Amino acid sequence: MMAGVGITAYGAYVPITRLDRAAIAKANAWFGGPRGKGDKAVSGWDEDVCTMAVEAARDCLENFDRAQIDAVWLASTTAPFADRQNAGIVKEALNLGDVTGALDAGGSQRVATSQLMAAFGMSKGTGQTILQVTGERTQPKPASAREMSSGDAAAALLVGTKDVIAELIGTHSVTADFVDHFREAGSQADYDWEARWVRDEGYVKIMGDAIVDALAACRIEGGLVDHLIVPIAARGVPEMLARKAGISPNALADQLDGSVGHAGAAHPLLMLAAVLEKAKPGETILLSAFGQGADVILLRVTDRIGTTRPRLGVSGWLARKQASDNYLKYLFHRGHLALDRGMRAEHDEKTALPAMWRQRKGTMALVGGKCSKTGTVQFPKTEMSVNSNDHAIRTQEDYPLAEIPARVMTYTADSLTYSPDPPTCYGNVEFEGGGRLMAEFTDVDPQAIEVGDEMRMMFRIKAIDEKRGFRRYFWKAAPAF
Amino acid sequence: MARGIRDKVAILGMGCAKFGERWDKDEDQLMLEAYEEAIADAGIDPSEIDAAWLGAAFDAINIGPSGIPLAMALRLDNVGVTKVENYCASGTEAFRGAVYAVASGAADVALALGAEKLKDTGYGGLPVRTRGTNYDMFGVTGSAPGNFAQLASAYRSQHGVGADDLKRAMAHVSVKSHANGAKNPKAHLRKPITVEQAMEAPMIAAPLGLYDCCGVSDGAACAIVTTPEIARSWGKTDLVMVKALQLATSNGWEMQGNGWNGSYFHTTRQAATKAYEEAGITNPREQISLLEVHDCFSITELVTMEDLHISKEGEGWKDVLDGFFDADGALPCQIDGGLKCFGHPIGASGIRMIYENYLQLLGRAGERQRKEPPRFALSHNLGGMPNQNVSSIAIVGLADA
Repeated sequence: MMAGVGITAYGAYVPITRLDRAAIAKANAWFGGPRGKGDKAVSGWDEDVCTMAVEAARDCLENFDRAQIDAVWLASTTAPFADRQNAGIVKEALNLGDVTGALDAGGSQRVATSQLMAAFGMSKGTGQTILQVTGERTQPKPASAREMSSGDAAAALLVGTKDVIAELIGTHSVTADFVDHFREAGSQADYDWEARWVRDEGYVKIMGDAIVDALAACRIEGGLVDHLIVPIAARGVPEMLARKAGISPNALADQLDGSVGHAGAAHPLLMLAAVLEKAKPGETILLSAFGQGADVILLRVTDRIGTTRPRLGVSGWLARKQASDNYLKYLFHRGHLALDRGMRAEHDEKTALPAMWRQRKGTMALVGGKCSKTGTVQFPKTEMSVNSNDHAIRTQEDYPLAEIPARVMTYTADSLTYSPDPPTCYGNVEFEGGGRLMAEFTDVDPQAIEVGDEMRMMFRIKAIDEKRGFRRYFWKAAPAF
Repeated sequence: MARGIRDKVAILGMGCAKFGERWDKDEDQLMLEAYEEAIADAGIDPSEIDAAWLGAAFDAINIGPSGIPLAMALRLDNVGVTKVENYCASGTEAFRGAVYAVASGAADVALALGAEKLKDTGYGGLPVRTRGTNYDMFGVTGSAPGNFAQLASAYRSQHGVGADDLKRAMAHVSVKSHANGAKNPKAHLRKPITVEQAMEAPMIAAPLGLYDCCGVSDGAACAIVTTPEIARSWGKTDLVMVKALQLATSNGWEMQGNGWNGSYFHTTRQAATKAYEEAGITNPREQISLLEVHDCFSITELVTMEDLHISKEGEGWKDVLDGFFDADGALPCQIDGGLKCFGHPIGASGIRMIYENYLQLLGRAGERQRKEPPRFALSHNLGGMPNQNVSSIAIVGLADA
């Protein structure tokens, strides 16, 4: 049995918009679309796997010194770039030093658990601290069962050997090319096979056996499992697997199906993050994942579990909610509805990559400047200080603004400029301790903004260059949370 | 302070094309329309023109770069023609080039022409454009109304003005300009509106509704300047002189520094103080006879009344509601309809304002002529957005003022 390595911190992210499934069902009823209840978490037009992963990481790292992170690993099947390191984007947004490793992984619904196993091995072998992030933003076909069951979310774990809150007991993996669904490279939507076959031959046999075998290998009785994480969006399956392994159905972790939906490859770690919020010292967690085989990870909660908490955690994010019944808006934001966007949407969003590279700390991490002579804080950092009394030259030092609260100084809700989510709300915001920025607002109610409101900066997509298949990121201001 | 421009340069002639949706005209035709009036007014032969300046803001979209479009439209024979761009202050900037050339003695006669052909772009409102590589990475690609609308939020917060009170004062600004524009045959928008119409119009960028926004137009305006001595030698009496010409450009303090509160134009305040000093004006509220300001949006005009030191800070909205700036008020503002109704062909606007002031000073403004003979008339031309802009002020007046 391995010892000493485990999870040292955890965090999550759930987008603020929760689409009422009844609205989806109502819109698609004429077509025989599926029924559904509860909410589906829906990321905004300006979010992707990278931005969601950044928020999950910030949630996780609230009380941690980021300098201890040796590598950022990202797991997803819907990451925005096929060839531009997505973990690298997360690394930049978190303003981590350049001597940081990075690794993207994808290709399966169990990629996050497989990557987590690798992270445990890496950390145990090298003593490194690995920030593992995972997120999913799926584009299921309208009126599909998958559209109804899925949701967007991200999770983050810090894996290390120091101050472990959930220690690794053991792992078990099975690989079998059981094709329950698939998505060809470059395609957006999955193709699903009949649910009953997937349940009986896949979940029950492959995953059920894997859980039984993992418990046996670790010499743990099923009855001793306190939290069973089975991230399967098929009714009754988690209960069947629990029974098969001799685990009490009461140990089954919340599927988050009524509040988030199934967040694909990110769902196992999202559920784990929710479990860790309420886990108690000494408890045993069984984390499983299914996808061309199965992964099983057994963890034991340590007595340090109470020493760290995410900024919001799954429960906090769930409470931060804007209800929506606007299914058409969801379809538009997923690219399923070709609305007439008008002439203003034709604006060329080409990014000058050398300029982006020069300004990468400013654009990606919201690092401004602080004059070493006068203490003046400004954004962006420039050669000559903006201070009217002392235009000192080359005195500015990096000054990260992303985690500093800001207040609204001016604002508008602009219905003329193009936005996929009009009106575009923006205004000047002032940071505590100095510095200001005219920022776009996000996750905001256009009717509820006032001068003086406190805001928190969030990492978001600034513009999508459809001509060249690029996107650039920047920070936006959201009502403080 | 520098000795300034006061009384060194006289306006020899001015012209202005009809502003509006000039679907049947090309840019060069609009330039010629303004020029023909100006050269006839000046009463000189085109060969007397030593140098020319063209003001255009959206050159990349329409007329193309450089001074060549103006040189070609007017067939200026081998004189230096310079294109200037300074956002929406480009017109006054072109005028400044011509005036400075004459004041320096490098030119005896110089021409300034501002022109814009916006209605070929296909946009309602101003076209979207880049503000530069770095700005596009950090900044907000907002609309012009969105940028200026923010003034209202900060103004309300700074001065404790209720949303309804401010919206009503903004409506008064627009109603007044529509009433004035109705009397101007060259104006783009010539229909009077009511306060209710202004207040209930569709929202463009909160709290600016449709009638809080100026027209976007095609147009051109032209000025020919020389020294007072040359003007008199050519038999000109009743000279309109340049009394002050000031330009202030944001250096980033408002946008990046600390101290600006978002409710006013720092640049306009700086330029106004210098302009009054240059013109020898000590009490602008009493001494200025007419105002033509950059009313791209109603809220811009309202706060500008304070920035020009006409209204007390936080009280401009009261002066507006009191009718102080109406055509029959103590200090008419936009007696020609302003950007709001005369229209806003960007590069032409600054010179159009001076054109109106010139006509009024000479008693040639027809139906809209100010009864009390004006002596000093101020124009204010602004480009950019509240937190980063170029503000220009031109004061013209009679020779003995």
